[in-house]
Amino acid sequence: MKYLGIEPEKIKIGSFDFTCCEGCQLQLANKEDTLVDFLALLDVVNFREISSHRGEDYDIALIEGSITRADEVERLKKIRKRAKILVAVGSCACFGGVNQIKNKFPIEDVVREVYGDDPVETLPVRKVSDIVKVDLEIPGCPVSKEEVERIVVNLVTGAEIKFPKYPVCVECRRNLNTCVFDLGQICLGPITRAGCGAVCTTGKTGCIGCRGPAEEANYEEFRQILKDHGFTVRQALERINFYGGLPEMVIDES
Amino acid sequence: MKVDMKIDVHHLTRVEGHGNIEITVKDGKLEKARWAVVETPRFFEAMLRGMSHDLAPMLTARICGICSIGHSLASLRAVERAMEIEIPEPANVLRLLAKHGETLQSHILHVFFLAAPDFFGVPSVIPLIKTHPEVAGLAVRLKKAANDLCDLVAGRTTHPVSLVVGGLSKAPEKHQLREIRQVFVDRIPDIEATIELFKTLSIPDFVRETEFVALKGEKDYPWIGGDLVSTDGVVKPEDDYRAMTNEYKEDFTTSKFARLSRESLAVGALARLNNNFQFLEEKSRAAAEELGLTPVNHNPYMNNVAQVIECDHVIRESIKLIDQLLEMDLGDIKADYRVRAGEGVGAVEVPRGILYHEYEIDSEGLITKANCIIPTTQNNANIHFDLAALAEQELEEGKTDEEITHLSEMLVRAYDPCISCSVH
Ligand code: SF4
Ligand code: SF4
Ligand code: SF4
Ligand SMILES: [Fe+2]
Ligand code: NI
Repeated sequence: MKYLGIEPEKIKIGSFDFTCCEGCQLQLANKEDTLVDFLALLDVVNFREISSHRGEDYDIALIEGSITRADEVERLKKIRKRAKILVAVGSCACFGGVNQIKNKFPIEDVVREVYGDDPVETLPVRKVSDIVKVDLEIPGCPVSKEEVERIVVNLVTGAEIKFPKYPVCVECRRNLNTCVFDLGQICLGPITRAGCGAVCTTGKTGCIGCRGPAEEANYEEFRQILKDHGFTVRQALERINFYGGLPEMVIDES
Repeated sequence: MKVDMKIDVHHLTRVEGHGNIEITVKDGKLEKARWAVVETPRFFEAMLRGMSHDLAPMLTARICGICSIGHSLASLRAVERAMEIEIPEPANVLRLLAKHGETLQSHILHVFFLAAPDFFGVPSVIPLIKTHPEVAGLAVRLKKAANDLCDLVAGRTTHPVSLVVGGLSKAPEKHQLREIRQVFVDRIPDIEATIELFKTLSIPDFVRETEFVALKGEKDYPWIGGDLVSTDGVVKPEDDYRAMTNEYKEDFTTSKFARLSRESLAVGALARLNNNFQFLEEKSRAAAEELGLTPVNHNPYMNNVAQVIECDHVIRESIKLIDQLLEMDLGDIKADYRVRAGEGVGAVEVPRGILYHEYEIDSEGLITKANCIIPTTQNNANIHFDLAALAEQELEEGKTDEEITHLSEMLVRAYDPCISCSVH
């Protein structure tokens, strides 16, 4: 079966979900225009959410979610042993994602807040690469469906995989948006890796950094932008720490 | 004939999240039937403490990849009621339109991708692309229309970007609304074909009487806010949602259980239809009657049918909502507001049933306490007791463990459980 004119070998792929919202997996099903061709390219041997077929002979394992319980650690290690290529898909898998906000509170306190006197088992949140070797990370909350599809196709066809080094601001300006700083909002676009098409700022809401740090980010400039618009780093911290992917920023209240 | 059976479905497939079905039969008698959720909890309610109120809808959207628009809307409603913010009317209509997009996309995903393979006897929708291309075509076209509507109105289908406190951050252009209106008009034959398809499928015959809970319609089929109602005659205001859910914990499952007048209750498409049948679009109501779905229907497998009917309803109603929007000033979509302390509840009908968010907010606009009650949490006890009743019925009829396993899996799937959502 051909995919956009290419005739590759059928690659066996499995998709595995850990602690998360499963929104990243869903992106695979959400690209209706190419869904049928895309599925024809792959041999989906294990994808619990959409199929009752459960094969253990996959070449590529897509891992979604972060790791928060002992049984998940074991499951992940088993998958690593079987997979030739292990891909962390989404901010939960790459950085801990929103789940890691939990780590700022003592674990007993977190459990008590939700379950009262009937505690359940849970560990501090870890990203996939804290446990096993990860061959490729695709961040995003959710991942961009175009990007995942392109990367999977590149993996299958052996083409090179490239991510943008520049920040979201570049894509945002390309879309001719009004900067949301000028609308009175905080935006992490200057320090966040592009590739999403600046979807949030194009919708007139500030970027919260789901794709992690941009290689070409200028933190000093970002500080200055914040200051020029009357914000402190402290006010931006809640967003900077939202996904666990951005480096800590030192607070200077000058 | 005395039989022994041990059914153990570990990590049930074609559902969102991780759950197990455990059924044990000894000497022909049912010993145990359990629905055990083993999903790892994420503790969103704990994470919300200390967070700015305007980030709460963005965080809680991440409770669920399928119904993120619903979570955003419940969260926004809780914040806006806590701070007494009135949002402009065009924003109300746009939010409902985004909601309809999500209902359609979620129901189509469930009906075609998750449930349909059982009816065709295949492991997934993938082989259907070859064997039943017309069915796959319906699914893909309807889902794409739904996603396009969500992308247009909410900025993104999964984890919306333009639903913000006070209204919306950005409105679609009128020419875009006209285009998506045409797409929806063109999908009417597709949903009618789906209804015809469902007339040919045989829905398993099983009934266990239960109590159905939903928002109470006043003039329209209800989706966002208002009183709560049950088929056992209970009516309560939105703020009394705790008395409508009565959450409790069983030790074999990580998701909580809920009840009202009986040992369990049910929410979702079937519950909405059972409580608000008269408010359906006329054509949708007629289709429901043709499919043998009239209130109060106690067959949980009929939830699949109820979802198809709701798809028909939201497609037709979306066209009307777009017509309203085309007459409105879409410059007026966001209210200015003053941060203030308060408490608020937001109840929203999301695809799998009624969802509640409740927040306490301090004078700085930070959340001090949060509670979220998810539809699947409310359904868990009902699924659990249904499994026992189903196993009893099927044993009586001399079914094999393979047949009982299959029917049990289909039963759980019929509820369209969103398990990771239920252990938020
Ligand atoms: S990264 Fe975001 S969308 Fe993906 S699984 Fe995690 S919370 Fe969901
Ligand atoms: S700061 Fe944000 S809104 Fe402004 S240009 Fe950069 S990405 Fe766009
Ligand atoms: S704009 Fe920022 S938060 Fe939004 S998708 Fe892009 S990287 Fe993620
Ligand atoms: Fe909860
Ligand atoms: Ni959900």
